[in-house]
Amino acid sequence: MNAAALTGDAVVAPGADLPGAAGPRPRAGWRTTYRWYLVKRLVQALVVVAIVTVIVFSLLHLAMPDGPGAGILGMQANAQQIDAFNHAHGYDLPVWRQYVNYLGQIARGDLGVSFKLNMPVSAAIAASLPKTLLLAALCMVIALVVALPMGIFQAVRRGRFADYALTALNFVVYSTPSFFLGLIVIIVFAQKLRWVPAIAPGGNVTVLQLLSDPRVLVLPVITGTLGIVATFSRYMRSATLDNLSEDYVRTARSKGTSRGRVIVRHVVRNSLTPVIAMLGYYLPVMFGGMLVVESLFNYPGMGLLFWRSAQQGDYPVLLGCILIIAIATVVGSLLADLLQAALDPRTRGALR
Amino acid sequence: MSAVVEAETAPAVGGVSPGRRALRRYLSNRLAIVGTVIILALLVFCFVGPLLHHTNQTQPDIYADLNAAPGVDGHPLGTDDLGYDVLGRLMVGGQTSITIGLAAGILATVIGTIWGAVAGYVGGWVDVVMMRIVDAGIAIPATFLLLILSTITRPSIQLMILVLGAVSWLVPARLIRAESLSIKTREYVLAVRAVGGSHARTVVRHIVPNTIGTMIVNATFQVADAILLVAYVSFLGMGLQPPQTDWGAMLTRGITYTYSGAWWLIFPAGLCIVLTVCGFNFIGDGLRNVFDVRGRDL
Repeated sequence: MNAAALTGDAVVAPGADLPGAAGPRPRAGWRTTYRWYLVKRLVQALVVVAIVTVIVFSLLHLAMPDGPGAGILGMQANAQQIDAFNHAHGYDLPVWRQYVNYLGQIARGDLGVSFKLNMPVSAAIAASLPKTLLLAALCMVIALVVALPMGIFQAVRRGRFADYALTALNFVVYSTPSFFLGLIVIIVFAQKLRWVPAIAPGGNVTVLQLLSDPRVLVLPVITGTLGIVATFSRYMRSATLDNLSEDYVRTARSKGTSRGRVIVRHVVRNSLTPVIAMLGYYLPVMFGGMLVVESLFNYPGMGLLFWRSAQQGDYPVLLGCILIIAIATVVGSLLADLLQAALDPRTRGALR
Repeated sequence: MSAVVEAETAPAVGGVSPGRRALRRYLSNRLAIVGTVIILALLVFCFVGPLLHHTNQTQPDIYADLNAAPGVDGHPLGTDDLGYDVLGRLMVGGQTSITIGLAAGILATVIGTIWGAVAGYVGGWVDVVMMRIVDAGIAIPATFLLLILSTITRPSIQLMILVLGAVSWLVPARLIRAESLSIKTREYVLAVRAVGGSHARTVVRHIVPNTIGTMIVNATFQVADAILLVAYVSFLGMGLQPPQTDWGAMLTRGITYTYSGAWWLIFPAGLCIVLTVCGFNFIGDGLRNVFDVRGRDL
């Protein structure tokens, strides 16, 4: 799932981004610093989510300057009906009033009502998000099981044929649009080999029903996994390479520790931290990738919900989905930074 | 390997010019050579190819069979569902894909560089606000944004360049900001300020040029990503309409025929995308060695 490409970028750890990283501050106890840092980060996280709502709100307004009435009511509606609809739902107010109303609404924990589905947005998301999370978690776990050993192997064999071959392969997978990857997977596994059917799970299945017929999961999971493997094996390779050139490796080797033991006991453990932290920053990319996989396989997750809602101009659902993703993202990066600080004291300096 | 070469030749030649050393470092990365060859070959294919393989790509061949198999009626790669010659279409589509990718990648790099350089140089509250905007942009997956945008307008090449540039400047902004933070404390920047250079001059003439390595490497990866995104744009329903086309639009049209066995509607366009994106990524990897910048993997 070419995840990195989807956000137009690979994931870059905002390490240098931490507030106050540049200026010296009086030394405080680690705990105080930590608490302060946490407060600052939480405030910033809120600000980021607020900016996300502004961006999406203005975009939606740009997309539908006359309000969503026309799209929701369909072709048969006449101008009066559309106006009445927009008026009834407050879409005829000035944009900033609409925005303030929306903020008040989400502050009360209300994401609004989906016009097309005729149900609360929160219910629509609650029904589809677990399925996306199931798909994403399966892809992620399988991908990491493959990618981490692969990255370590490549780093250890740096510059040899195996490293070159795997690097080239990773680049090829990374450079393949995930829907093309999905097509190849369908053609190979469903059409030629006939191992699994390329059938879509029914519309309103629950997570349990999905798990009871795991065949429908196979192709989407394969498609989603490949891209993550390409990305994370690269991360793991370069993290391992960084650590291999550290002094402690030489020290351990000169004390007579075997190369294998140094790698397993020291290098891998140290390299895992930044890579695991990457998971936090990777969340938006993950959601972006799932959107494509879900719409290709008609998998009833949040991506497909968003896709359909975009086609129908179902305003509240679009806002709700992006809001959830944005919250997940800021929480994810916050956890990633905290995790890194907790596991690796060297990165704590940046927190001050 | 390059270090060995340098050590051997340096005394004999009496010093290697920086340009030559850079070239050597670039060529020491085998994948970078492969990437360069791929991109050159594809450029020739797309831009010179139509001179050798004449096809009408503005009007479909109404006498040709739709979805004709390769080899039929002088169509080496068959025809598509509208009757266009696929090989010729691949060339024209490639021109669009590569043009959009290059323009959008460069646009993203320019926006990102200015944004990041200003944020890092000014610092303080301005920096915090500017970077939180970047964080917010990154928190919205590009596919979701593109899907909303696809409902707005009829797609055109110019619009796609703008849109793709607008969704992909965030990472360069982060990279350049980090660099700008460290550059602004260097002596030469302090010297410029001391002799009365304005802030604008400092940023434009001194900070930005010193991030050139990061910029060039990142721009290459941005172009690769932009060409991928062009494909996604079509998949998400915002693709160019015939007679215009790009590889992504060709691939997306081909999805309908997955089960029909009409491989020429899917694989040529798909392979072209993979090759091009791969080529630019390989080149970026090679350039990273040359400029010795870190920043992103892949």
